[in-house]
Amino acid sequence: MSDKKHNEVTRRQFLNYTLMGVGGFMGAAVLAPMVGFAIDPLLKGEKESDFVYIMDVDEITNEPQRKTFVIDQVDGWYESQVERTAWIYKNNNGDILALSPVCTHLGCTVDWNSNADFPNEFFCPCHFGRFDSNGVNIAGTPPTEPLHQYEYQITDGKLYLSGKSNPREEA
Amino acid sequence: MISKIYDWIDERLDITPMWRDIADHEVPEHVNPAHHFSAFVYCFGGLTFFVVVIQVLSGMFLTMYYVPDIENAFQSVKYLQSQVAHGQLVRGMHHWGASVVIVMIFLHTLRVFFQGAYKKPRELNWVVGVLLFFCILGLGFTGYLLPWDNKAFFATQVGLEIAESIPFIGTEIKTLLAGDPEIVGAQTLTRFFAIHVFFLPAALFVLMAIHFIMIRRQGISGPL
Ligand code: HEM
Ligand code: FES
Repeated sequence: MSDKKHNEVTRRQFLNYTLMGVGGFMGAAVLAPMVGFAIDPLLKGEKESDFVYIMDVDEITNEPQRKTFVIDQVDGWYESQVERTAWIYKNNNGDILALSPVCTHLGCTVDWNSNADFPNEFFCPCHFGRFDSNGVNIAGTPPTEPLHQYEYQITDGKLYLSGKSNPREEA
Repeated sequence: MISKIYDWIDERLDITPMWRDIADHEVPEHVNPAHHFSAFVYCFGGLTFFVVVIQVLSGMFLTMYYVPDIENAFQSVKYLQSQVAHGQLVRGMHHWGASVVIVMIFLHTLRVFFQGAYKKPRELNWVVGVLLFFCILGLGFTGYLLPWDNKAFFATQVGLEIAESIPFIGTEIKTLLAGDPEIVGAQTLTRFFAIHVFFLPAALFVLMAIHFIMIRRQGISGPL
Protein backbone atom coordinates (compact mmCIF):
# COMPACT_ATOMS: atom_id res chain seq x y z
CA MET A 1 0.00 0.00 0.00
CA SER A 2 3.04 2.26 0.17
CA ASP A 3 2.96 2.99 -3.56
CA LYS A 4 -0.78 3.84 -3.39
CA LYS A 5 -1.48 6.62 -5.85
CA HIS A 6 -3.30 9.71 -4.78
CA ASN A 7 -6.77 9.26 -6.25
CA GLU A 8 -6.82 5.51 -6.45
CA VAL A 9 -10.08 3.79 -5.55
CA THR A 10 -9.45 0.74 -3.42
CA ARG A 11 -11.10 -2.58 -4.17
CA ARG A 12 -13.11 -2.22 -0.95
CA GLN A 13 -14.37 1.26 -1.92
CA PHE A 14 -15.21 0.11 -5.42
CA LEU A 15 -17.25 -2.82 -4.14
CA ASN A 16 -18.93 -0.61 -1.56
CA TYR A 17 -19.99 1.94 -4.17
CA THR A 18 -21.19 -0.72 -6.60
CA LEU A 19 -23.20 -2.47 -3.92
CA MET A 20 -24.73 0.76 -2.67
CA GLY A 21 -25.51 1.85 -6.23
CA VAL A 22 -27.16 -1.40 -7.24
CA GLY A 23 -28.94 -1.72 -3.89
CA GLY A 24 -30.14 1.87 -4.08
CA PHE A 25 -31.39 1.35 -7.61
CA MET A 26 -33.29 -1.80 -6.64
CA GLY A 27 -34.78 -0.13 -3.58
CA ALA A 28 -35.83 2.89 -5.60
CA ALA A 29 -37.39 0.72 -8.31
CA VAL A 30 -39.52 -0.98 -5.66
CA LEU A 31 -40.43 2.15 -3.74
CA ALA A 32 -41.02 4.68 -6.53
CA PRO A 33 -44.30 3.20 -7.80
CA MET A 34 -45.57 2.87 -4.24
CA VAL A 35 -44.85 6.51 -3.47
CA GLY A 36 -46.67 7.55 -6.65
CA PHE A 37 -49.55 5.31 -5.62
CA ALA A 38 -49.75 6.97 -2.21
CA ILE A 39 -49.61 10.55 -3.47
CA ASP A 40 -52.16 9.91 -6.23
CA PRO A 41 -54.74 12.28 -4.63
CA LEU A 42 -52.24 15.11 -5.20
CA LEU A 43 -51.73 14.12 -8.84
CA LYS A 44 -55.42 14.06 -9.70
CA GLY A 45 -56.61 17.39 -11.12
CA GLU A 46 -59.75 19.22 -10.10
CA LYS A 47 -62.99 17.55 -10.98
CA GLU A 48 -65.61 18.96 -13.31
CA SER A 49 -69.08 19.51 -11.95
CA ASP A 50 -72.30 19.60 -13.99
CA PHE A 51 -74.68 22.54 -13.83
CA VAL A 52 -78.05 21.93 -12.17
CA TYR A 53 -81.27 23.92 -12.64
CA ILE A 54 -82.14 25.88 -9.50
CA MET A 55 -84.88 28.46 -10.19
CA ASP A 56 -86.09 31.00 -12.70
CA VAL A 57 -84.19 34.27 -12.66
CA ASP A 58 -87.37 36.32 -12.11
CA GLU A 59 -87.98 34.44 -8.86
CA ILE A 60 -84.73 35.81 -7.42
CA THR A 61 -85.42 38.43 -4.77
CA ASN A 62 -83.32 40.86 -2.78
CA GLU A 63 -83.90 38.70 0.29
CA PRO A 64 -81.58 35.64 0.28
CA GLN A 65 -83.48 32.44 -0.43
CA ARG A 66 -82.15 29.11 0.71
CA LYS A 67 -82.09 26.61 -2.18
CA THR A 68 -80.88 23.04 -2.03
CA PHE A 69 -79.84 21.06 -5.07
CA VAL A 70 -78.38 17.64 -5.72
CA ILE A 71 -75.11 16.94 -7.53
CA ASP A 72 -73.40 13.71 -8.60
CA GLN A 73 -70.30 13.10 -6.54
CA VAL A 74 -67.54 10.66 -7.49
CA ASP A 75 -65.47 9.76 -4.44
CA GLY A 76 -62.90 7.23 -5.63
CA TRP A 77 -64.89 4.04 -6.28
CA TYR A 78 -67.98 5.41 -4.50
CA GLU A 79 -70.53 7.35 -6.52
CA SER A 80 -73.37 9.09 -4.77
CA GLN A 81 -75.66 12.09 -4.91
CA VAL A 82 -75.05 14.77 -2.36
CA GLU A 83 -77.02 17.85 -1.44
CA ARG A 84 -75.63 21.34 -1.73
CA THR A 85 -77.12 24.52 -0.31
CA ALA A 86 -76.93 28.01 -1.80
CA TRP A 87 -78.16 31.39 -0.59
CA ILE A 88 -79.53 33.07 -3.71
CA TYR A 89 -80.42 36.75 -4.09
CA LYS A 90 -79.74 39.99 -5.93
CA ASN A 91 -77.66 42.61 -4.17
CA ASN A 92 -78.28 46.33 -4.43
CA ASN A 93 -76.33 46.55 -7.74
CA GLY A 94 -78.59 43.90 -9.21
CA ASP A 95 -75.79 41.28 -9.29
CA ILE A 96 -76.89 37.73 -8.74
CA LEU A 97 -75.30 36.14 -5.72
CA ALA A 98 -75.37 32.39 -5.11
CA LEU A 99 -73.38 32.02 -1.92
CA SER A 100 -72.03 28.91 -0.31
CA PRO A 101 -73.04 28.54 3.34
CA VAL A 102 -69.60 27.20 4.28
CA CYS A 103 -68.08 29.62 6.76
CA THR A 104 -64.70 30.97 5.60
CA HIS A 105 -63.34 30.69 9.12
CA LEU A 106 -63.19 26.94 9.70
CA GLY A 107 -66.01 25.49 7.67
CA CYS A 108 -69.15 25.44 9.81
CA THR A 109 -72.46 26.37 8.19
CA VAL A 110 -73.82 29.91 8.24
CA ASP A 111 -77.49 30.84 8.33
CA TRP A 112 -79.23 34.01 7.15
CA ASN A 113 -80.90 36.24 9.65
CA SER A 114 -80.82 33.58 12.33
CA ASN A 115 -79.45 35.59 15.21
CA ALA A 116 -81.77 38.21 16.66
CA ASP A 117 -78.79 40.35 17.70
CA PHE A 118 -77.48 40.56 14.14
CA PRO A 119 -80.41 41.05 11.76
CA ASN A 120 -79.82 40.83 8.00
CA GLU A 121 -76.50 39.13 8.36
CA PHE A 122 -75.15 35.64 7.78
CA PHE A 123 -74.27 34.23 11.16
CA CYS A 124 -72.03 31.30 12.03
CA PRO A 125 -72.71 29.74 15.46
CA CYS A 126 -69.35 28.02 15.82
CA HIS A 127 -67.24 31.05 16.71
CA PHE A 128 -69.76 33.82 16.06
CA GLY A 129 -68.53 34.63 12.58
CA ARG A 130 -70.61 37.26 10.76
CA PHE A 131 -71.07 38.34 7.13
CA ASP A 132 -73.00 41.40 5.96
CA SER A 133 -75.89 41.29 3.50
CA ASN A 134 -73.36 41.13 0.64
CA GLY A 135 -71.79 38.03 2.15
CA VAL A 136 -68.69 39.99 3.08
CA ASN A 137 -67.05 39.07 6.37
CA ILE A 138 -67.43 41.64 9.12
CA ALA A 139 -64.16 42.87 10.59
CA GLY A 140 -63.57 41.78 14.16
CA THR A 141 -65.23 38.38 13.66
CA PRO A 142 -63.20 35.24 12.88
CA PRO A 143 -63.85 34.69 9.12
CA THR A 144 -61.07 35.98 6.89
CA GLU A 145 -62.82 36.37 3.53
CA PRO A 146 -66.30 36.72 2.01
CA LEU A 147 -68.56 33.71 1.57
CA HIS A 148 -67.70 31.80 -1.60
CA GLN A 149 -69.76 32.17 -4.77
CA TYR A 150 -71.09 29.16 -6.68
CA GLU A 151 -70.27 28.95 -10.37
CA TYR A 152 -73.49 29.83 -12.19
CA GLN A 153 -74.98 30.00 -15.66
CA ILE A 154 -78.13 31.72 -16.90
CA THR A 155 -79.87 30.27 -19.94
CA ASP A 156 -83.37 31.30 -21.12
CA GLY A 157 -84.06 33.08 -17.86
CA LYS A 158 -83.16 30.02 -15.78
CA LEU A 159 -80.42 29.88 -13.15
CA TYR A 160 -78.09 26.89 -13.10
CA LEU A 161 -75.42 26.20 -10.45
CA SER A 162 -72.48 23.83 -10.43
CA GLY A 163 -71.43 22.07 -7.27
CA LYS A 164 -68.30 24.19 -7.05
CA SER A 165 -67.95 27.49 -5.24
CA ASN A 166 -64.97 29.82 -5.53
CA PRO A 167 -63.53 32.72 -3.54
CA ARG A 168 -64.83 36.12 -4.64
CA GLU A 169 -62.09 38.46 -5.76
CA GLU A 170 -64.31 41.48 -6.29
CA ALA A 171 -65.88 41.74 -2.85
CA MET B 1 -21.77 15.09 5.85
CA ILE B 2 -23.43 11.72 6.38
CA SER B 3 -20.31 10.27 7.94
CA LYS B 4 -20.17 13.28 10.28
CA ILE B 5 -23.75 12.63 11.44
CA TYR B 6 -22.88 8.95 11.81
CA ASP B 7 -19.79 9.75 13.88
CA TRP B 8 -21.78 12.12 16.08
CA ILE B 9 -24.34 9.42 16.87
CA ASP B 10 -21.74 6.67 17.15
CA GLU B 11 -19.69 8.68 19.62
CA ARG B 12 -22.66 8.84 21.95
CA LEU B 13 -24.41 5.51 21.35
CA ASP B 14 -21.69 3.19 20.07
CA ILE B 15 -23.90 1.88 17.25
CA THR B 16 -21.10 0.33 15.18
CA PRO B 17 -21.13 -3.05 16.99
CA MET B 18 -24.89 -3.31 16.39
CA TRP B 19 -24.81 -3.22 12.62
CA ARG B 20 -21.46 -5.02 12.42
CA ASP B 21 -23.06 -7.91 14.25
CA ILE B 22 -25.88 -8.00 11.70
CA ALA B 23 -24.13 -7.11 8.46
CA ASP B 24 -20.40 -7.58 8.69
CA HIS B 25 -19.23 -11.16 8.63
CA GLU B 26 -17.45 -13.31 6.14
CA VAL B 27 -19.30 -15.42 3.62
CA PRO B 28 -17.78 -18.92 3.81
CA GLU B 29 -16.25 -20.07 0.54
CA HIS B 30 -18.71 -22.92 0.01
CA VAL B 31 -21.63 -20.45 0.19
CA ASN B 32 -20.16 -17.94 -2.25
CA PRO B 33 -21.34 -18.35 -5.87
CA ALA B 34 -18.16 -16.56 -7.00
CA HIS B 35 -16.19 -19.64 -5.90
CA HIS B 36 -18.57 -22.42 -6.80
CA PHE B 37 -21.43 -21.36 -9.05
CA SER B 38 -23.65 -24.09 -7.61
CA ALA B 39 -23.66 -22.12 -4.36
CA PHE B 40 -26.46 -20.02 -5.83
CA VAL B 41 -28.82 -22.42 -4.05
CA TYR B 42 -27.89 -20.58 -0.85
CA CYS B 43 -29.60 -17.45 -2.21
CA PHE B 44 -33.15 -18.73 -1.95
CA GLY B 45 -33.55 -17.89 1.74
CA GLY B 46 -32.47 -14.31 1.13
CA LEU B 47 -34.68 -14.10 -1.95
CA THR B 48 -37.65 -15.30 0.10
CA PHE B 49 -36.94 -12.51 2.57
CA PHE B 50 -36.61 -9.96 -0.24
CA VAL B 51 -39.99 -10.91 -1.72
CA VAL B 52 -41.61 -10.86 1.73
CA VAL B 53 -40.34 -7.29 2.12
CA ILE B 54 -41.96 -6.43 -1.22
CA GLN B 55 -45.22 -8.08 -0.10
CA VAL B 56 -45.28 -6.16 3.15
CA LEU B 57 -44.52 -2.83 1.48
CA SER B 58 -46.93 -3.22 -1.45
CA GLY B 59 -49.59 -4.64 0.92
CA MET B 60 -49.32 -1.63 3.21
CA PHE B 61 -49.83 0.69 0.28
CA LEU B 62 -52.76 -1.33 -1.09
CA THR B 63 -54.63 -0.83 2.19
CA MET B 64 -54.70 2.91 1.47
CA TYR B 65 -57.44 2.21 -1.07
CA TYR B 66 -58.73 -1.29 -0.37
CA VAL B 67 -61.92 -1.75 1.73
CA PRO B 68 -62.85 -5.15 3.18
CA ASP B 69 -66.57 -4.76 2.57
CA ILE B 70 -68.60 -6.91 0.19
CA GLU B 71 -70.32 -3.93 -1.44
CA ASN B 72 -67.12 -2.03 -2.14
CA ALA B 73 -64.15 -4.42 -2.10
CA PHE B 74 -64.24 -5.25 -5.80
CA GLN B 75 -64.88 -1.63 -6.80
CA SER B 76 -62.02 -0.41 -4.63
CA VAL B 77 -59.60 -2.94 -6.16
CA LYS B 78 -60.78 -2.00 -9.64
CA TYR B 79 -60.34 1.66 -8.82
CA LEU B 80 -56.87 1.32 -7.31
CA GLN B 81 -55.73 -0.78 -10.25
CA SER B 82 -57.17 1.32 -13.07
CA GLN B 83 -57.43 4.90 -11.74
CA VAL B 84 -54.66 5.37 -9.19
CA ALA B 85 -51.14 6.30 -10.31
CA HIS B 86 -49.01 3.13 -10.72
CA GLY B 87 -51.92 1.11 -9.35
CA GLN B 88 -51.32 -1.65 -11.83
CA LEU B 89 -47.67 -1.88 -10.77
CA VAL B 90 -48.33 -1.87 -7.04
CA ARG B 91 -51.13 -4.43 -7.25
CA GLY B 92 -49.04 -6.38 -9.74
CA MET B 93 -46.13 -6.58 -7.31
CA HIS B 94 -48.41 -7.92 -4.59
CA HIS B 95 -50.29 -10.26 -6.93
CA TRP B 96 -47.23 -11.84 -8.59
CA GLY B 97 -45.08 -11.54 -5.48
CA ALA B 98 -47.59 -13.74 -3.64
CA SER B 99 -46.75 -16.58 -6.02
CA VAL B 100 -43.03 -15.83 -6.21
CA VAL B 101 -42.69 -15.89 -2.42
CA ILE B 102 -44.14 -19.40 -2.31
CA VAL B 103 -41.83 -20.58 -5.10
CA MET B 104 -38.82 -19.11 -3.27
CA ILE B 105 -39.65 -20.55 0.14
CA PHE B 106 -40.17 -23.91 -1.56
CA LEU B 107 -36.78 -23.81 -3.31
CA HIS B 108 -35.15 -22.73 -0.04
CA THR B 109 -36.76 -25.68 1.71
CA LEU B 110 -35.58 -28.07 -1.02
CA ARG B 111 -31.99 -26.86 -0.60
CA VAL B 112 -32.11 -27.31 3.16
CA PHE B 113 -33.66 -30.75 2.70
CA PHE B 114 -31.30 -32.15 0.10
CA GLN B 115 -28.21 -30.76 1.82
CA GLY B 116 -29.36 -32.26 5.08
CA ALA B 117 -28.89 -28.83 6.65
CA TYR B 118 -31.82 -29.48 8.99
CA LYS B 119 -29.84 -32.12 10.93
CA LYS B 120 -28.53 -31.63 14.45
CA PRO B 121 -28.04 -28.96 15.77
CA ARG B 122 -30.49 -27.21 13.38
CA GLU B 123 -33.68 -29.23 13.93
CA LEU B 124 -35.45 -26.35 15.67
CA ASN B 125 -34.84 -24.03 12.77
CA TRP B 126 -36.44 -26.57 10.44
CA VAL B 127 -39.52 -26.50 12.68
CA VAL B 128 -39.62 -22.70 12.61
CA GLY B 129 -39.15 -22.83 8.84
CA VAL B 130 -42.17 -25.10 8.45
CA LEU B 131 -44.23 -22.69 10.57
CA LEU B 132 -43.05 -19.85 8.32
CA PHE B 133 -44.17 -21.88 5.31
CA PHE B 134 -47.65 -22.37 6.81
CA CYS B 135 -47.79 -18.69 7.67
CA ILE B 136 -47.07 -17.73 4.07
CA LEU B 137 -49.56 -20.28 2.73
CA GLY B 138 -52.11 -18.73 5.10
CA LEU B 139 -51.34 -15.26 3.75
CA GLY B 140 -51.83 -16.56 0.23
CA PHE B 141 -55.15 -18.22 1.13
CA THR B 142 -56.61 -15.25 3.00
CA GLY B 143 -55.31 -12.67 0.51
CA TYR B 144 -56.86 -14.49 -2.40
CA LEU B 145 -60.38 -13.72 -1.16
CA LEU B 146 -59.82 -10.00 -0.79
CA PRO B 147 -60.50 -8.81 -4.39
CA TRP B 148 -63.99 -10.36 -3.93
CA ASP B 149 -64.48 -11.43 -7.51
CA ASN B 150 -65.84 -14.79 -8.64
CA LYS B 151 -62.45 -16.50 -8.62
CA ALA B 152 -61.78 -15.25 -5.10
CA PHE B 153 -65.19 -16.33 -3.87
CA PHE B 154 -65.12 -19.86 -5.22
CA ALA B 155 -61.48 -20.47 -4.28
CA THR B 156 -62.41 -19.60 -0.71
CA GLN B 157 -65.56 -21.70 -0.90
CA VAL B 158 -63.41 -24.68 -1.90
CA GLY B 159 -60.77 -23.93 0.72
CA LEU B 160 -63.41 -23.73 3.45
CA GLU B 161 -64.93 -27.05 2.42
CA ILE B 162 -61.51 -28.65 2.53
CA ALA B 163 -61.18 -27.34 6.08
CA GLU B 164 -64.64 -28.78 6.81
CA SER B 165 -63.49 -32.23 5.74
CA ILE B 166 -61.18 -32.46 8.76
CA PRO B 167 -62.60 -35.23 11.03
CA PHE B 168 -64.53 -34.22 14.20
CA ILE B 169 -63.65 -30.50 14.32
CA GLY B 170 -63.97 -29.64 10.62
CA THR B 171 -67.33 -27.90 10.90
CA GLU B 172 -66.18 -25.74 13.79
CA ILE B 173 -63.00 -24.77 11.98
CA LYS B 174 -64.93 -23.77 8.90
CA THR B 175 -67.39 -21.65 10.91
CA LEU B 176 -64.53 -20.03 12.76
CA LEU B 177 -62.77 -19.13 9.51
CA ALA B 178 -65.87 -18.02 7.62
CA GLY B 179 -67.50 -16.21 10.53
CA ASP B 180 -70.83 -17.90 9.76
CA PRO B 181 -71.95 -21.54 9.56
CA GLU B 182 -73.48 -21.17 6.10
CA ILE B 183 -72.64 -17.89 4.45
CA VAL B 184 -69.39 -16.96 2.77
CA GLY B 185 -69.97 -13.25 2.90
CA ALA B 186 -69.49 -9.99 4.77
CA GLN B 187 -68.08 -11.59 7.90
CA THR B 188 -65.79 -13.89 5.95
CA LEU B 189 -64.28 -10.95 4.12
CA THR B 190 -63.57 -8.88 7.26
CA ARG B 191 -62.07 -11.92 9.04
CA PHE B 192 -59.86 -12.83 6.14
CA PHE B 193 -58.75 -9.22 5.89
CA ALA B 194 -57.86 -9.03 9.58
CA ILE B 195 -55.99 -12.34 9.40
CA HIS B 196 -54.22 -11.33 6.19
CA VAL B 197 -53.17 -7.87 7.26
CA PHE B 198 -52.65 -8.09 11.02
CA PHE B 199 -52.51 -11.57 12.51
CA LEU B 200 -50.40 -13.50 10.02
CA PRO B 201 -47.92 -10.67 9.33
CA ALA B 202 -47.38 -10.33 13.10
CA ALA B 203 -46.72 -14.08 13.37
CA LEU B 204 -44.51 -13.89 10.30
CA PHE B 205 -42.30 -11.17 11.81
CA VAL B 206 -41.86 -13.06 15.08
CA LEU B 207 -41.00 -16.30 13.29
CA MET B 208 -38.56 -14.55 10.94
CA ALA B 209 -36.80 -12.97 13.92
CA ILE B 210 -36.43 -16.37 15.59
CA HIS B 211 -35.27 -17.92 12.32
CA PHE B 212 -32.54 -15.33 11.80
CA ILE B 213 -31.37 -15.24 15.42
CA MET B 214 -30.93 -19.00 15.31
CA ILE B 215 -28.96 -18.76 12.07
CA ARG B 216 -26.61 -16.19 13.64
CA ARG B 217 -26.13 -18.42 16.66
CA GLN B 218 -25.42 -21.60 14.72
CA GLY B 219 -23.87 -20.23 11.56
CA ILE B 220 -24.58 -21.64 8.15
CA SER B 221 -24.17 -25.39 7.77
CA GLY B 222 -20.81 -26.59 6.50
CA PRO B 223 -19.86 -27.80 3.00
CA LEU B 224 -21.17 -31.18 1.90
C1 HEM C 1 -45.93 -13.11 2.38
C2 HEM C 1 -46.83 -12.21 2.50
C3 HEM C 1 -48.12 -12.05 1.69
C4 HEM C 1 -48.70 -12.87 0.75
C5 HEM C 1 -48.21 -14.22 0.26
C6 HEM C 1 -49.92 -12.19 0.28
C7 HEM C 1 -50.81 -12.69 -0.67
C8 HEM C 1 -51.89 -12.01 -1.23
C9 HEM C 1 -52.72 -12.45 -2.34
C10 HEM C 1 -52.60 -13.77 -3.07
C11 HEM C 1 -53.64 -11.48 -2.60
C12 HEM C 1 -54.68 -11.46 -3.72
C13 HEM C 1 -54.07 -10.56 -4.81
C14 HEM C 1 -54.81 -10.55 -6.10
O1 HEM C 1 -55.66 -11.41 -6.33
O2 HEM C 1 -54.48 -9.67 -6.92
C15 HEM C 1 -53.43 -10.43 -1.63
C16 HEM C 1 -54.20 -9.26 -1.56
C17 HEM C 1 -54.03 -8.27 -0.62
N1 HEM C 1 -53.04 -8.20 0.36
FE1 HEM C 1 -51.57 -9.58 0.66
N2 HEM C 1 -50.05 -11.00 0.95
C18 HEM C 1 -48.98 -10.89 1.84
C19 HEM C 1 -48.76 -9.84 2.73
C20 HEM C 1 -49.61 -8.74 2.90
C21 HEM C 1 -49.42 -7.70 3.89
C22 HEM C 1 -48.27 -7.68 4.91
C23 HEM C 1 -50.45 -6.79 3.72
C24 HEM C 1 -50.77 -5.50 4.46
C25 HEM C 1 -50.18 -5.01 5.49
C26 HEM C 1 -51.28 -7.25 2.62
C27 HEM C 1 -52.42 -6.59 2.12
C28 HEM C 1 -53.21 -7.03 1.07
C29 HEM C 1 -54.36 -6.33 0.56
C30 HEM C 1 -54.91 -4.99 1.05
C31 HEM C 1 -54.88 -7.10 -0.51
C32 HEM C 1 -56.12 -6.79 -1.39
C33 HEM C 1 -55.77 -6.03 -2.65
C34 HEM C 1 -55.67 -6.90 -3.89
O3 HEM C 1 -56.30 -7.95 -3.94
O4 HEM C 1 -54.98 -6.49 -4.84
N3 HEM C 1 -50.74 -8.44 2.15
N4 HEM C 1 -52.36 -10.76 -0.81
S1 FES D 1 -66.30 28.25 11.63
FE1 FES D 1 -67.64 29.94 11.38
S2 FES D 1 -66.88 31.28 12.86
FE2 FES D 1 -65.50 29.62 13.10
